[in-house]
Amino acid sequence: MNTTAPATASHRPPAFFADAIRLARKDLLIEFRTRSAFLAATVFAVLAVVIFRFTWDPTAIPAFDLAPGVLWVIFTFSGLLGLNRSFGLEQAERAYDGLLASQMSRESIFAGKVLANLVFVAGVQALTLPAVALFFDLQVGSAWGVLIGIVLCASLGLAAVGTLFAAIAANTRLAELLLPMMTLPFFVPLVIPAAQTSAVILRGQPLDDALPWFKLLLAFDLVFVTACLAVFPFTIEE
Amino acid sequence: MPIPHETGATAVAGHPSGYPPVATLGVLPTGVTVEAAPVAVRAEGLVRAFGGRRAVNEVSLSLHEGDCLALFGPNGAGKTTLLRLLGGLLKATRGTAQLHGVPLPGPAETRRLVGLISHNSMLYPALTVRENVRFAAECQGVLEADQATTQVLGRLRVLDREQTPVRFLSRGLQQRVSIARALVHGPRLVLLDEPYTGLDEVGALAFTDALRELKAGGATLVLVTHNLVEGLSLATRAVIMRDGAFVYDERPSAVGFDLAAFQARYRSLVHEGIA
Repeated sequence: MNTTAPATASHRPPAFFADAIRLARKDLLIEFRTRSAFLAATVFAVLAVVIFRFTWDPTAIPAFDLAPGVLWVIFTFSGLLGLNRSFGLEQAERAYDGLLASQMSRESIFAGKVLANLVFVAGVQALTLPAVALFFDLQVGSAWGVLIGIVLCASLGLAAVGTLFAAIAANTRLAELLLPMMTLPFFVPLVIPAAQTSAVILRGQPLDDALPWFKLLLAFDLVFVTACLAVFPFTIEE
Repeated sequence: MPIPHETGATAVAGHPSGYPPVATLGVLPTGVTVEAAPVAVRAEGLVRAFGGRRAVNEVSLSLHEGDCLALFGPNGAGKTTLLRLLGGLLKATRGTAQLHGVPLPGPAETRRLVGLISHNSMLYPALTVRENVRFAAECQGVLEADQATTQVLGRLRVLDREQTPVRFLSRGLQQRVSIARALVHGPRLVLLDEPYTGLDEVGALAFTDALRELKAGGATLVLVTHNLVEGLSLATRAVIMRDGAFVYDERPSAVGFDLAAFQARYRSLVHEGIA
């Protein structure tokens, strides 16, 4: 009896990164064409910045104390809008079955979705970060690079956790309600160190002061990304 | 009543190392009967339960290369579940299924051998026809994805719509693109769940031609349909399922096969199940 499937000369073997990038590119192309989730997330982010700005009393709370919280509340909730769509577009015509029946590994599918979600979130953040700096008159100075690095680090963890739960929620009738309920508790260990690290930078304190929080953020990133990658294949078994 | 069934169905006993995409498949040498061709799919005692209910109940089957199994049965008979088990999309609760000797759900290389067509188009409405089919080809690791895409779109007669976003196509055209998506990588096992849904006459003819070509090239087909004439026109084996099990198994290519008798048997079995 054969132990392997017949070889096919005109096919390449599965490739983790190439497959993930291919899937992410497809998701981003669809988002670029429709712009529905991006517009919704951007409008939400800008509205939130404006509301926070006009309810803020600068004489009571300094900007650098309030801004990190504002930033991470906006990043968290605007990201959820993109996560909801991530598997929604696969479910509409059961395109997900086509993906699962392909030679692409489950891990590549997960990595591709995380990558697309990360780019989506980064796009919203690229608009939100300057808006918050402008409205709250933050003097970030030369620390922009560090701040962006922290934001991307935290976003990677948020995208990984969010993608896993979006995959689970996608098969339910209440996906849009379930996703935030399942995801937000798992976002907390990422958002707290991210907000604390951002606060140190916005206050203009030495970067060393942010190191413990940053290490915690990296640790949670590592744990969440690895765990989600390992668990994802089990979430798609019916 | 005579039916346009496949007489003297042939298949290659041993196929070359590379499987060409559907568009490049030609008529292969004749002389080897389907029964003599290597076994492509083998299932033994397959059970798939959802809760306490067995959607597929102790199904055993053996399909050779070039075989076309037509699965008939009422709604809820377990046809689609069996298809998903054979496609590696579901794990069996009990029993085993093998594709070319590899247990299902198999590794990535085995999934590449399967093409899946259902009444859901499995397409992305915002992408164009070409983008959809090319993406499917790339996901299946086809090296010449562009060329394979052009060939299969031509074969399904939708090449003139290649730059049209799928959301602007009629349901029938979407179904043709969906079929192109499933066949672009030259699958060896094609699983079809009500594939004729929404197809017009041109599309249905082009599709049937593509299936005949695949079959002649040694691909194995499993076709779920409610339309007896369509199903039997391609079938080398016709099965009626009820309550997750095979209750009737016939070879339409056999001498003396009578469509009217089969239809009557089908109706009586289906009505027995409902009653």
